[in-house]
Amino acid sequence: MSAVVPPIPQGNAQKGDAVHPGSPVTVNRYTPMKRLNHWITAASLILLALSGLALFTPSLFFLTGLFGGGQNTRAFHPWIGVVLFLSFFIFFFQLWKANLPERTDWIWLRKIKDVVGSHEENLPELGKYNAGQKFIFWSMTALILVLIVSGVMIWEQYFTQYTSIPVRRIAVLAHSIAAVLIICVFILHVYAAIWTRGTLRAMTRGTVTGGWAWRHHRKWLRELAARRKVGPAE
Amino acid sequence: MSGTMAEQPRTAVSNPPVRALAANFGEQDLVRRSATGSLPAPQRQLTPVAKLIDVSKCIGCKACQSACIEWNDTDPAVGVNAGVYENPHDLTDQMYTLMRFTEWVNPETSNLEWLIRKDGCMHCADPGCLKACPAPGAIVQYTNGIVDFIQANCIGCGYCVKGCPFNIPRISQADHRAYKCTLCSDRVAVGQGPACAKACPTQAIVFGTKEDMKKHADGRIADLKSRGFANAGLYDPPGVGGTHVMYVLHHADKPGIYSDLPENPRISPLVETWKGMTKYVGLAVMGFAAVGSIVHGIFGRANRVAREDEENAEKLVDGRPVPPPASEERAG
Amino acid sequence: MTNSWTDIRNTDLVVVMGGNAAEAHPCGFKWVTEAKAHRGAKLIVVDPRFTRTASVADFYAPIRQGTDIAFLLGVINHCIRNDRVQWEYTKAFTNASFIVKEGFGYSDGLFTGYDEEKRDYDRTNWDYEIGEDGFARVDPTLQHPRCVWNLLKQHVAVYTPEMVQRICGTPQDKFLRVAQMISECSTPTRTMTSMYALGWTQHSHGSQNIRAMAMLQLILGNIGVRGGGMNALRGHSNIQGLTDLGLMSHLLTGYLNMPTEQEVDYATYMQSRQFRPLRPGQTSYWQNYSKFFVSLQKAMWGDAARAENDWCYDYISKLDVPSYDILRMFELMNQGRVNGYICQGFNPLMAFPDRGKCTAALSKLKFLVTMDPLETETARFWENHGEFNDVNPASIRTEVIQLPTTCFAEDEGSLTNSGRWLQWFWPAATPPGEARKDIWIMSQIFLRMRELYRKEGGAFPDPILNLSWNYHDPNEPEAEELAKEINGRALVDLTDPADPSRVLVPAGKQVVNFSQLRDDGSTMCGCWIYSGCFNEAGNNMARRGTEDPDGTGAYLNWTFAWPLNRRTLYNRASADLQGKPWDPSRKLLEWNGTQWTGYDVPDIGPTSRPDQVMPFIMNQEGSARLFSRGMMRDGPFPAHMEPFESPVPNVLNPRMRGNPVARIFQSDVPRFGNSEEFPFAATTYRLTEHFHYWTKHNKVNAALQPEFFVEISHELAAMRGITGGGWVRVWSKRGSVKAKAVVTRRIQPLNCDGGRVVHVVGIPIHWGFTGAAKKGHSANTLSPFVGDANIETPGFKAFLVNIEPTTPPGVVS
Repeated sequence: MSAVVPPIPQGNAQKGDAVHPGSPVTVNRYTPMKRLNHWITAASLILLALSGLALFTPSLFFLTGLFGGGQNTRAFHPWIGVVLFLSFFIFFFQLWKANLPERTDWIWLRKIKDVVGSHEENLPELGKYNAGQKFIFWSMTALILVLIVSGVMIWEQYFTQYTSIPVRRIAVLAHSIAAVLIICVFILHVYAAIWTRGTLRAMTRGTVTGGWAWRHHRKWLRELAARRKVGPAE
Repeated sequence: MSGTMAEQPRTAVSNPPVRALAANFGEQDLVRRSATGSLPAPQRQLTPVAKLIDVSKCIGCKACQSACIEWNDTDPAVGVNAGVYENPHDLTDQMYTLMRFTEWVNPETSNLEWLIRKDGCMHCADPGCLKACPAPGAIVQYTNGIVDFIQANCIGCGYCVKGCPFNIPRISQADHRAYKCTLCSDRVAVGQGPACAKACPTQAIVFGTKEDMKKHADGRIADLKSRGFANAGLYDPPGVGGTHVMYVLHHADKPGIYSDLPENPRISPLVETWKGMTKYVGLAVMGFAAVGSIVHGIFGRANRVAREDEENAEKLVDGRPVPPPASEERAG
Repeated sequence: MTNSWTDIRNTDLVVVMGGNAAEAHPCGFKWVTEAKAHRGAKLIVVDPRFTRTASVADFYAPIRQGTDIAFLLGVINHCIRNDRVQWEYTKAFTNASFIVKEGFGYSDGLFTGYDEEKRDYDRTNWDYEIGEDGFARVDPTLQHPRCVWNLLKQHVAVYTPEMVQRICGTPQDKFLRVAQMISECSTPTRTMTSMYALGWTQHSHGSQNIRAMAMLQLILGNIGVRGGGMNALRGHSNIQGLTDLGLMSHLLTGYLNMPTEQEVDYATYMQSRQFRPLRPGQTSYWQNYSKFFVSLQKAMWGDAARAENDWCYDYISKLDVPSYDILRMFELMNQGRVNGYICQGFNPLMAFPDRGKCTAALSKLKFLVTMDPLETETARFWENHGEFNDVNPASIRTEVIQLPTTCFAEDEGSLTNSGRWLQWFWPAATPPGEARKDIWIMSQIFLRMRELYRKEGGAFPDPILNLSWNYHDPNEPEAEELAKEINGRALVDLTDPADPSRVLVPAGKQVVNFSQLRDDGSTMCGCWIYSGCFNEAGNNMARRGTEDPDGTGAYLNWTFAWPLNRRTLYNRASADLQGKPWDPSRKLLEWNGTQWTGYDVPDIGPTSRPDQVMPFIMNQEGSARLFSRGMMRDGPFPAHMEPFESPVPNVLNPRMRGNPVARIFQSDVPRFGNSEEFPFAATTYRLTEHFHYWTKHNKVNAALQPEFFVEISHELAAMRGITGGGWVRVWSKRGSVKAKAVVTRRIQPLNCDGGRVVHVVGIPIHWGFTGAAKKGHSANTLSPFVGDANIETPGFKAFLVNIEPTTPPGVVS
C-alpha cells in the first residue's frame, strides 16, 4: 500500500485501551488489574479517613465504633495505610506516564470556567487524562508519600523508638495536615467522577462509551481509533 | 459520695489517717477530660495538692522507685548495667519514676556535684498529654491538680507522648496503653500521700497542698542559700501553668543540668497547631469540600454525554468523517 | 552507737568518714537531714569516693583508703596546735593528766616492745605509773612530760597538713577546711557526731581508726552530749544484738568474756576481772562482773550451777587462742581440722575474704548445714555456675543440708538497732513451705543431741544434760520466754541487805534490772546489759510511746535501750564538774544539788557527786582513755599503718607492711600482692539498692541495680582503654573477676607521697550466682585474708588489684 498514513494522534493511550465498534461504541479504559488496585486503594482510603478522623477530633471519635473500638482503630489504621501505600503505588506505576503534564493541561486549567460550565466545545482536545485528573493523581501520590513516611514515624507499636519526640511532633502535624488535604482531594475526585456522568463505569465495568471519550478525551479516542485502522490494536 | 470532704493532706510530714476512708474525690471532680467537649463543671474545688521533690535532700537511694513498683504492682525487667546508676535505663510502662544521676562540676567552685533528680510525671496544670489525647476520658485532670491516665479508655496511640513537654508517658507493648505516675491518685483519694513520698527516707519527697509545699520550699531555699547556693529556687514552670510536682533545685537558674530538665517547658507549638488550628481549619475545609460538592451536585447541571457525542464516536470508529481535531490555537 | 539515731538531729556537724550513711543506712540518714534542716548542721564526708552521702554534703574531701588514722591524727594535731580543745572536759573527763610509765615510747612507726618474730608487742610499759596509794599518778597541770597529754601532743606532731597529704592524698586545702570545721566543735555549745561503719572496721587496723576519732571527739568534749558521740552504724538490723548476746567465739553475753585455758578455775578467771578503781572514788562498774557472770551461769544451768562447783565454770569451753573468729575457722577448715559447719543466717562464700580459699575450705568439710530463708551461694558452693562458680561438683564430697528458715518478717522477737534499742516486732506474714523458725531448728538439734548424750554418754555430757531448758514447748521456746530469761529473775526472795525483812523481789519474779543481780546464785539473767527489757512492768521492748520532753530525741518510752533504758552513753559528761550542762540549750542531765535529773537515765550513780565521780564509769579510771594502756594489741595510741597491700610504702617506716601485729596465717603469705604487679588501690562497698547478698533475690531490687560493676576514674579508664558500660577484668593475687565498668568523676586519682598517683578501683559487693539479679562475680574473690589486729574483722576496704578491658563472661577472647 502506498497510501499516506495520517499521523496517529498522541492521546496517552495505554496498553489495554481499545475501542470496539457498536452502538454506542465502547472504549476499554481500565483493565481488571487496574480496577482492582483502584478499588483497594479507594477502600483503604475510605477506611483510613474514617479511622483517622476518629482519632483526629473527639467529635468523630464515635467512628472508632466501626472498627470495634479505639484500640482496634489505633491498631488497624497503620496497617490499612500500608495496604493503601502498596496498592496505590502499583497503581502509580501503571498510570504515571499518562499523567505527565502537557501543554494542553495549562490551556485546560485556564479555561476552568468552561470545564465547570460543561462547555467542552471551548476546551482543547485531551488525551486520556485532563489536568484535573492529573492533579488528583499527583496530589494523591505526594500526600500518600507524606502520610506513609509520617505515619510510620508515629506508628507507636513498632517505630517510635527510631525518631525523637520533636521529630514525631512534626510527623504528627504533617500527617494530620496531609490527611485533611487527601480527604479534600478525595472528595474532589469522587465528586468529579459523579458529576461527569458516564465516568463511574470506567472503574466498574472498565469501559466508557465512545461518546464519553469523544466528549472528554477526544485525542485519546482518536488515537485508539487510528491505531485500530493501522493494525490490530490487540 | 456524701457531700463532706474527707481530710486532705495539710503538711509535708503529716501522718496519714489509719482508718479506712471512702475515696474523697472522683469522676465528679474532673476539671478536664481528654477528648470530651461537654464536661459538666465540677461542683466543688478540691484543695490543689503537690509533691515537692527536694533535689538537695535526695540521696538517690531509689526507695521511691521500689515503692512505686510495689504500690503499682509493676514488674520492671532485670536489665544490665550500662555504665551508669540509672536502672531501669529510662522510664518504662513498668517504671513510672526514675532517679536520674548527673555528675556536674560546678565551674564556680570546681567541685563535683552529683545531681540526682527523681524523674516522673509533673502533673502540669496545663497538661500537654491531655490536650493531645484523642480518646475520651483516657486522660483526666482533677480539680486538685492530679493528671491521671485511665487505661480502660486508652487506645495506645501515643499522642500523649508527643503532647508531653517532659517526655513522661510510656506505651506498654503488652497491652498498648499509656502509663505514667498517677501521683498515687488512689492513695491520695483516701488521705494517704504518694507511695514514693511515704518511702523517701530523707523526706526529699514531701506531699501536701500546693500552698504548703511552696511554703516548705521557701524554707528549704533559704537553707540552701545560707549554704552558698545563691541560685537555689523552686521549679514550678509557668509555661505549663505550674506543676503539681515541683522541685527544689540548688541551681534553679540552670534546670538543664539536672538530666535535661526543661528550662522553660511548654506544650510544643507543633502540638498546639496540630490540636488547634489544624483540627478546626481541617474540619472546615473538609466540610466545605463535602458540602460544596453535594450542593453543586444538587443544584448544578451534571456534565452529560450528548447523543451527538456518541454519534461522532461511532463515525470515528467506522472511519466516517468526523469534526477534525480542533486547532490547539483555537483555545489559545 | 554511744548516742541514738534520733539524737543525730541535735548535732551541729556530722562527719561521715569510714562509712556512707546515705547509701548504706538511708533510713537512719534521715536524722542527718533533720539536723541540717532544723539546726543548720553541716555535713562533711571524707571518703575515697564521692558517695551518695557526699552528694548531699556541705563539704567533701577525698582520702586514700586505709589512711584514716593519719587524717584523724592530723585533725587532732590541728586542734592542739590551734588551741581548739574543750579544755575543761579534756582535763576532767579524760586520762590526759595520767602519767605513763617510763619505758613507753614510739619511733619509726612502732611502739616500744615490738617483737618481729612473734608479730606482737610486749605491752608491760604501756601503762600508768601507779602511786604508793595504789592509784594511778596524775598531773592535773598537764606539765609532766610523760603525762598522756604531752605524749599525745608529741605523737600527733608528725601529722601536719603536708604529711596528711603525703599519706592520704587529701589536698592540703581540703584537709585544712575539714580540720577547721571540726575544730570549731571544741566549744561547749557546738557538737559534732561521727557516723562510721565498715569503712573503718574492715581494716587490719580497724579498731585504731575508731580509736582515733574517739580521741578527737573526747578532746572536743563531744562524748556523752546531745548530738555528739561515736556512732557505729551497724549493718544488719540485729548485728548489735549479735555482739550484745556474745555470738562471738571470745565472748559470753553482755561483753563478759570467755575464759582462756590458763584460767583453770573460777577464782583465777575472776582475778583479772576485779577491776579495782584506778582513781579514788571512781565507780569502775565492772567490779560487778561476778554478779553478771554468776547470774548468766544460773540462767544456763539452773540448779546445777552452785557455789561448790564454781557455778559450772568448768562447763564453759576455754580458749587456747585469742579467738576462733571466722578467718581462723576457715583456715582450720582449709587445713582439714574443722570438718563440720552449721552456717546459720550467713553466706560466707560471699561474705568472707578470699573466696577461693573459702571454696577450698568448704570443699574439705564432711558436712555443711545451712539455715537461711534464701538460697545462698554458700548452700550451693558445690554447684557449677560457669565462671561465676567454677567448681567441679564431682570432686566435692561435702554433704550439704539446707534448712529453710523464716525471715524476720515471719517471726517474733526483738531486734537491737545501732542505738542499742531493743525493738520488739511481730510477724507480718506466714512462712512459706517448710520454713521453720531458727529457734525450732536449734531446739531440735539440741533435744536430739541431748537424747544421744543421755543414751550414749560421752566424754563430758554434763553441760548438755544439765542445760536449763524449761520452756512451755521444749520443741520451740517462745520469744517472750527467752526474753524473760534474758531479763533475769529472782530465784529466791531477794531481801534488802540493809533490812533483811524487806523483800525486794519475791522468788520467781523478774528483776527490775541488773542492779538487782547477785553473785550468790540467788538470781539468774541471760544477758545482764539487757536486764530491764522484760521485767514485771511487762515487755518494755514493745513500748511505742513517742513522748520526747524538750525534743531531746531520747524517746524514753519507745522500746527499751540497753543499759537501763539509757539513750546516750556517758551522758554524765554532758554536764561540767558542777553538774551544769555544757550547753544549757541541749541539756541532758543536771545535778540538782542532791541528785542527777534530766531527760535521760543518768549514766552514773543517781547521787554520785559531779565533782567527785567521773563519767566513764566502766573504766577503772573513771575517765575516758586518750591513752588506752595495754588494752589494744597494736598500740595505746593509733598510729598510721598502711594496708597489707598498699600502693605506697609506709612513710613513717618503709619496712613496715600492714599492721605489725595483725595475725597472718602462713598459708596466706604468698597470697598477698605488691604494687608492681597490682598497681591500683581497690576497695569494696555496698550500694543502697541492695542489702548484702539478700536483696538480689528480690526482683524489685534486682531491677534497680541488676548487674555487677566496678567504678573507676576517667583517668584510669583512659589509661587502660576502658569504656563505661564495657566489660573489665579485675584481678588480685587471689583471684579474678569480670564486671561492667562505671567510669565516673566520683572517683579521682589521688596524689600521694612524692607525686605518686594512686588510682582507686571501687568494687560493690552484691552479686553472686543465685537470685533474681544477673549472675555476677563477687568482690570477695579479690580481697585478702587478713583481719583487724584486735577483733579480726576481715579487711575488705584496702587491697591491690589490676584492671584491663575484657570480653563478657562466657565469651572467649
